[in-house]
Amino acid sequence: MKKIYMDNNATTAVKPEVLEAMLPYFCEQFGNPSSVHWAGQMVGGAIEKARGQVAKLLNCASAEVIFLSCGSEGDNYAIKGTAEALKGKGNHIITTAVEHPAVLETCEALEKDGFAVTYLKVDQDGMLDLAELEAAITDKTILISVMWANNETGNIFPIEKIGEIAKKYKVRFHTDAVQAAGKIPVDVRKANVDMAVISGHKIGAPKGVGAMYLRRGTRISRFMHGGHQERNRRAGTHNVPGIVGLGVACESALQNMEKDYAYVRNLRDKLEKGILSSIPEVKLNGHPDADLRLPNTLNVSFDYIEGESLLLFFDMIGIAASSGSACTSGSLEPSHVMGAMGVDIVLAHSSTRFSLGSDNTEEEIDFILQELPAIVQRLREMSPLYKREGPTPLSCDDCRMVHRAYA
Amino acid sequence: MYTEKVMDHFSNPRNVGEIENASGVGEVGNASCGDIMRISLQVEDDVIQDVKFKTFGCGAAIATSSMVTELAIGKTIDEALILTNQAVAEALDGLPAAKMHCSNLAADALHEAIKNYKEQNH
Repeated sequence: MKKIYMDNNATTAVKPEVLEAMLPYFCEQFGNPSSVHWAGQMVGGAIEKARGQVAKLLNCASAEVIFLSCGSEGDNYAIKGTAEALKGKGNHIITTAVEHPAVLETCEALEKDGFAVTYLKVDQDGMLDLAELEAAITDKTILISVMWANNETGNIFPIEKIGEIAKKYKVRFHTDAVQAAGKIPVDVRKANVDMAVISGHKIGAPKGVGAMYLRRGTRISRFMHGGHQERNRRAGTHNVPGIVGLGVACESALQNMEKDYAYVRNLRDKLEKGILSSIPEVKLNGHPDADLRLPNTLNVSFDYIEGESLLLFFDMIGIAASSGSACTSGSLEPSHVMGAMGVDIVLAHSSTRFSLGSDNTEEEIDFILQELPAIVQRLREMSPLYKREGPTPLSCDDCRMVHRAYA
Repeated sequence: MYTEKVMDHFSNPRNVGEIENASGVGEVGNASCGDIMRISLQVEDDVIQDVKFKTFGCGAAIATSSMVTELAIGKTIDEALILTNQAVAEALDGLPAAKMHCSNLAADALHEAIKNYKEQNH
């Protein structure tokens, strides 16, 4: 069976040039870069080279790059480190309702410690109202945290405009750029960002490595205590092979960005048009203007069917995608992003994300478009909601049995 | 994640559909938690002659619905009433722990259908 991978917003395969660059750093150049001897000296240069490669992708200085273990660590560090460092100045944080859990749950944890958090709403297309953002700023606001692009819908937020607002009110600005970096230009200087977080495994580097841009002179409390690595900003022995891999992945992404954008976008647009034209009762989740979404992301809801069932049928014919249904989100609720956009509950359970990469081909798109209508129809024929005459039972109040099971 | 039996019942579900002029119909679940199961029965002399299901839900929801139809056909309504969600899960060689509550409602749907039948006939 042919395997088609369209879940690149979840993780990507390590690029061959990345793996090749990493390999010498396992057995031959294995030293700890903090050591003074020959083994340590062998690898110090590799870390600094990678720092330069990351800095180039983000358009910042090498000294403004901190290596970390993952994107979640970066978001935790940026938000908690700012809260701790600036708590004498204020206790208010502004973020959005559609952030990654690494941001949302960090903010929720801070609320328990006495911080006040504004979660900005989004409209039905998943976009922010910047006037609302501006109006939310008070003299107690110490941080604005808005993702560069959304992982579920691919929506790209107006980071440069938010950067202007942050500058106008002198509020620190953090962005989770995990999904945007490497896919679209992420210029932290132009956007007036103070902190930006990226993750290796979303851009062809391995899992277990990430980086944060921290604007020079930004006061932040230490998050990981221990050794003096990363100019005392992040303790812990460097993940040398991972960092080398991240550097090469950033260089490769920058080199190929225009080409990959055009290629992937063309495939995504074909998939999008094909699905919307061949299957009835499908809803696009995200901004209808494809220029305002990442080139690789398509999120659609097939009415009347549940996402996990659809993913299992996909999996049987080799297609890997993901869903915002409760079953796949690991909770009893469907995707918080669909909820924030006001997507109907059944449609939220059926939301399906295809996230493409430059390895995908037009033949793969054709195959999906050929197989998909029958799978959707089969699940619809099985659904008690399809062509239903009576009302749909919506909540637990409509369901005696569930009530009893949980009583 | 799922057993072979679950995947078999999910990919080739038995008795999908709705019985016309059914002796009893039962539905449980709601859109909010993402599982709705609807069972229709044909009963003659208190023996279940045919069962059909329609389910909106995950792999476990569809597989348990399919399994409960197989288990119920041929049983008397009293026998069917003692069939539990647990027994349905066991007949499928088990379900992932996370699915035991939210998606394992097929026996409840069957019992609702029997109750509906009894209401109409007694």
